Amino acid sequence: MLTIQFNGQPKTVNEGTTIEDLIQSAGVPVKFCAVERNLEIVPKGHYATILVVDGDSIEVVTLVGGG
Amino acid sequence: MNVYEPDKPLKIGTHTLASRLIVGTGKYESLDGMRESLFASQSRCVTVAVRRERLYDGHGKNLLDFIDLDRYILLPNTAGCYNAIDAVRVARLGREILKSLENPGFDWVKLEVLGDSKTLLPDPLATLEACKRLVDDGFQVLCYTSDDPIMAVRLKAAGATAVMPAGSPIGSGQGILNPNNLQIILEYLKSNDPDYPVIVDAGVGAASDVSIAFELGADGVLLNTAIAHAKDPVMMASAMHHATLAGRQSFLAGRIPKRLYAQASSPEDGVITSRPHGSIN
Repeated sequence: MLTIQFNGQPKTVNEGTTIEDLIQSAGVPVKFCAVERNLEIVPKGHYATILVVDGDSIEVVTLVGGG
Repeated sequence: MNVYEPDKPLKIGTHTLASRLIVGTGKYESLDGMRESLFASQSRCVTVAVRRERLYDGHGKNLLDFIDLDRYILLPNTAGCYNAIDAVRVARLGREILKSLENPGFDWVKLEVLGDSKTLLPDPLATLEACKRLVDDGFQVLCYTSDDPIMAVRLKAAGATAVMPAGSPIGSGQGILNPNNLQIILEYLKSNDPDYPVIVDAGVGAASDVSIAFELGADGVLLNTAIAHAKDPVMMASAMHHATLAGRQSFLAGRIPKRLYAQASSPEDGVITSRPHGSIN
């Protein structure tokens, strides 16, 4: 098992988890979100291939109402 | 007789907007109400914020399902950022989302770097720093700032595509507190560059504030709370649209100078009456 920070909260995931798995577990349509891994933006085309590593900090963000 | 519409559309960098009003999407009671209000405002450009994933509201609805992306160009903001590093980070994430939505707004950002959570006034040093970094990164930066003319000049020099001075603090509804500063900003930024966009951002409380901004010569107005928190947001959105047209046309038409004394509208010659006895003049 791996422990990561997911949107600021600790989360335990299985080894072999990809960024895409994380997005799917959050129930977010991929086109509505952007992902940052350890402060670097992950290109959309890499979601399925990038494996999460122990200690990773992942942010999944979307658009909300704002002024 | 045709409706008189002599105005040209607002150009901000590479983007052209059919309406000079930009509206926010925050603080609405419902997403349906927001959609109706956006339409009533006749705006074609709406601001959005970047936040940690919480796509679905309590009813399983999503903001993006209520914004017609064929009608509106999105303008992502960096609201909530208090330093340049965070602002750049948020701007890049916003760009990433807009690219995947194939929305043309992916290459611009409303830069907002705050200095204090009580006043929500911008941090000028961090704003300037973030502006430079974002310009270097290829963004068209629409920069929120205070109404300080010197800061406005600095931001333009740093490469901001548009400077957006606040009329008064965000959400305060106090209107344009210092029209003199706004006039100086317009004069300085438009000197030898008359099409440089200056947009009044923040502080609008009522439709008259919008008209005043345009009458002073602003190219656009950006507002959110004045519509979203009005008793009837849809009607207020419509009022803002009309105030935009009225203010802009009033500016283009050229107002009369203010005079201390009256000037009769009817001819002075041929009056059959006499002046009141004891009249001073």
